[in-house]
Amino acid sequence: MSLVDEFQYGLDAPICLTWELTYACNLACVHCLSSSGRRDPRELSTAECRALIDELERMQVFYVNIGGGEPTVRPDFWDLVDYATEHHVGVKFSTNGVKITPGIARRLAASDYVDVQISLDGATEEVNDAVRGRGSYRTALRAMEHLAAAGFAGFKVSVVVTRHNVGQLDAFKAIADRYGAQLRLTRLRPSGRGAKVWDELHPTAAQQRLLYEWLLAHGEQVLTGDSFFHLAGYGESLPGLNLCGAGRVVCLIDPVGDVYACPFAIHASFLAGNVRGDGGFAKVWRESTLFAELRRPQGGGACATCSAYDACRGGCMAAKFFTGLPLDGPDPECVRGHGEGALAAVAPGSAPRPSPDHSHRTGPVPVTLGRRRPPERACDEDPLAGFAAPVG
Amino acid sequence: MVSTEDGPGLFDLDQPWRLDERVAVRPERFGALLYHFGTRRLSFLKSPRLLDVVRGLAEQPTARAACARAGVSDAELPRYRAALAALAASRMIRPTGADGPGRA
Repeated sequence: MSLVDEFQYGLDAPICLTWELTYACNLACVHCLSSSGRRDPRELSTAECRALIDELERMQVFYVNIGGGEPTVRPDFWDLVDYATEHHVGVKFSTNGVKITPGIARRLAASDYVDVQISLDGATEEVNDAVRGRGSYRTALRAMEHLAAAGFAGFKVSVVVTRHNVGQLDAFKAIADRYGAQLRLTRLRPSGRGAKVWDELHPTAAQQRLLYEWLLAHGEQVLTGDSFFHLAGYGESLPGLNLCGAGRVVCLIDPVGDVYACPFAIHASFLAGNVRGDGGFAKVWRESTLFAELRRPQGGGACATCSAYDACRGGCMAAKFFTGLPLDGPDPECVRGHGEGALAAVAPGSAPRPSPDHSHRTGPVPVTLGRRRPPERACDEDPLAGFAAPVG
Repeated sequence: MVSTEDGPGLFDLDQPWRLDERVAVRPERFGALLYHFGTRRLSFLKSPRLLDVVRGLAEQPTARAACARAGVSDAELPRYRAALAALAASRMIRPTGADGPGRA
């Protein structure tokens, strides 16, 4: 059996997982995957977080991608990072940079077991702040300066690719290079608040093609979290395994302990259980019916006869779900153009709405608009990011 | 995604090698997963025997001895040597006594 097949059928423990520590956030990014803003009063306590880390250590989960919300606003955040690394669970965390002081930067630079991703969605203040909010560009660049000054080589500059920043790829690369960082590009998902802005922000077909070529030209210098595997339909695979790891080798744990198949699928349909239940996270991972279902061989559905199917595997489950497309049909950004026709057939307003919404309430809540709220920020990733060649 | 920094021919089977101390090993039904905390790279060992070889490196005077101890036949040796070369190229294993490189 090939490794890809092994992974399709699931592992006894995730390779890594995304853990959103809090829904609290100082920002209100328009495309937040987790619809973050306000803290959920039910969020896991420090003791519960530590117990979960103990369990991840027992399961030999190599590392967690910590996000939110803005995880660093939790008062126990730095203690939890230390606790995880002391227990052999590596930490990569995503932040908008608000708490990265010179002192914190020095502390982070001293550990091999902690990696930092600074979110930046525009190479210029104008483009970035339109999506992430006023002042967020300067906050992110200040954090990068502090990390670079502390000698933290190779931290990540993490960009969600949109219609407005896709023309800035070289400029993003220059920013990362300037700070001795590595650029990481990920796909905009119609998840969380992203569902509301996806139509306007997702790259056009022509832009996708340019993105694909840019990624091929830069190879492994630029990370993608295996985010763009749907682009493999163009012909050549990008670095990575090019498969959807949801519920098979990755998953998401949200701030209240709910376990979802992936960070882009915060919805009751992809909820496998809660770490507070009997048997904890391990039982959810190993025994949930949802994950068992995901680990069965998947048919190609409407895509089965397409010559690109073996490369793209039908694309991203979450992108299909939140745009109202059938899960066994084409990705909304199918490179062969099959997504556009499929989207045209979706009845307006029929796409599922992302479930929990912790957005800031700034003003009256419009009750007549049928707001879609999705899950949260574009910060985490497929654990298969940066994998090296199989050996043997 | 293929490590090409080092050709298989450059791997010295007659030196002592060991797993980098920043590498975590997780046995799997197909072999093992390896994760290097310094380079943040994941790698796979595609057979349980290769896992035995890798785990035995530190206790054996040479990589060749570790292979023999794990039951690798002479005919299989080139394939295992190539696998070890790939692991060395990705810094999962390193010559005993060498100081590890810094953050990748």
